[in-house]
Amino acid sequence: MTDTVSQLCTLLEPFNTNGTALSAATDISADLNIDSVTVMDFVMEVEDHFDIEIPLNVLSETRTVADLAKVVEARTRKG
Amino acid sequence: MDLLAKLEAIAQRHARMKALGGDAVGVVNEKILSPTRAIIDGRETILAGTNNYMGITFDAECIAAGQKALAEFGTGTTGSRIANGSYALHTELEREFARFLGRKHCIVFSTGYQANLGMMSGLAGPRDTIYLDADSHSSIYDGCTLSGAKLVRFRHNDAADLDKRLSRAEEDGGGKLVVLEGIYSMMGDRAPLADFIAVKKKHGFQLLVDEAHSFGVLGPHGRGLADEAGLEDDVDFVVGTFSKSVGAIGGFGAGDHPYFEYLRFAMRPYMFTASSSPASIATSIAAIRKLAAEPQRRRKLAENSARLFEGFKALGLELGCAEASPVVAVRCPDEPSTIAMWNALLKAGVYVNIALPPGTPNKLCLLRCSVSAAHSGADLDRIIELFGAVVAQGHGKKVVNG
Repeated sequence: MTDTVSQLCTLLEPFNTNGTALSAATDISADLNIDSVTVMDFVMEVEDHFDIEIPLNVLSETRTVADLAKVVEARTRKG
Repeated sequence: MDLLAKLEAIAQRHARMKALGGDAVGVVNEKILSPTRAIIDGRETILAGTNNYMGITFDAECIAAGQKALAEFGTGTTGSRIANGSYALHTELEREFARFLGRKHCIVFSTGYQANLGMMSGLAGPRDTIYLDADSHSSIYDGCTLSGAKLVRFRHNDAADLDKRLSRAEEDGGGKLVVLEGIYSMMGDRAPLADFIAVKKKHGFQLLVDEAHSFGVLGPHGRGLADEAGLEDDVDFVVGTFSKSVGAIGGFGAGDHPYFEYLRFAMRPYMFTASSSPASIATSIAAIRKLAAEPQRRRKLAENSARLFEGFKALGLELGCAEASPVVAVRCPDEPSTIAMWNALLKAGVYVNIALPPGTPNKLCLLRCSVSAAHSGADLDRIIELFGAVVAQGHGKKVVNG
């Protein structure tokens, strides 16, 4: 588990109400059974934790924790 | 793969709702008796979930104006204003609204939803960024998506959070649009406009306020939150709807920008849809003149809102926000108990809105009331009494525990 993935899993834990084992392969919306608004709330926490901007429109192709980690890493390097 | 298979979870959720004794999202008003009364399930019911803030839907002059337009201009316009041309009524309505709002320009849309789709997508493009409040209405989210702009969401009503996100942004040469609402439709709270305008002065963005629930309601002239706050000069664009205080259907966008009129050729939700029907436009013209001439409607609404808000507070109910507004939301423990309480309220003769996630912020389950200037004191007391019996006494708790 990369450092970004493990940090994302920690941030995701409060949204994990069905006790899913979190990993890079976790599908954030489908596996955790959380709705679109909750996903956006989670992304806001991620933005603040890494102090980066993740525009909502870049998230359409982002399903798993690994997908989100790629977005975070690309945006952290930029800054 | 069946395309509709993905609706399975929705079907199950709806079945669970109906199994609790009613269909809170499929109510049929068999007859509408007045702005505050309907026949539902054969029973006369007090309507407290209609957004009919001014109680203007049965106004005799508005009805007469609609009937006259129906006879003179026909049942429909059969096309868009770009293709078919405008009716004199459309341009008259735009002039009336611009005058009421004290703005140079006003464009009317066929619905309030389209007003937001049109304004977001007309103002911002793929090179721009829209900063939207986390609790924004779906029409704002959808308009942002249609615009192709970069979308950044900030924490609800938190000007410091917007400031932080603007500071975090890289300068990319694009424009910046910030979108707020006058009164938020679910919780009834107002945007802290002065705080946001301080951030505007620091960062220099363009500001749009959606006054859907505050137009006709707030401010000395009834123009909304910016009017109430005395900050209209700092707001670049105003959006609103005819389906609430105006009692018709349609929406508007307004502003003073010299290029504002050219938005007509840049907003697909304006260009590629039929214009509003003559009757709807005519009743809107009559209604806006009434709202200008009869400020007592706003005063009555404020009085009624305070009465319901204070009555609910005295029952110990947990409300959506700390300030009285025509949207009074009651927080409930969970979905089954909210449905059970909604059913009990309807059977006892009062209709309110049920609001469930993801249509609500922070996964809240709400029984949402909207107050009308047409509610009588007795109506409001009856609503308070029923909420006391059904909600404060915890009808719903049985469902939670058992």
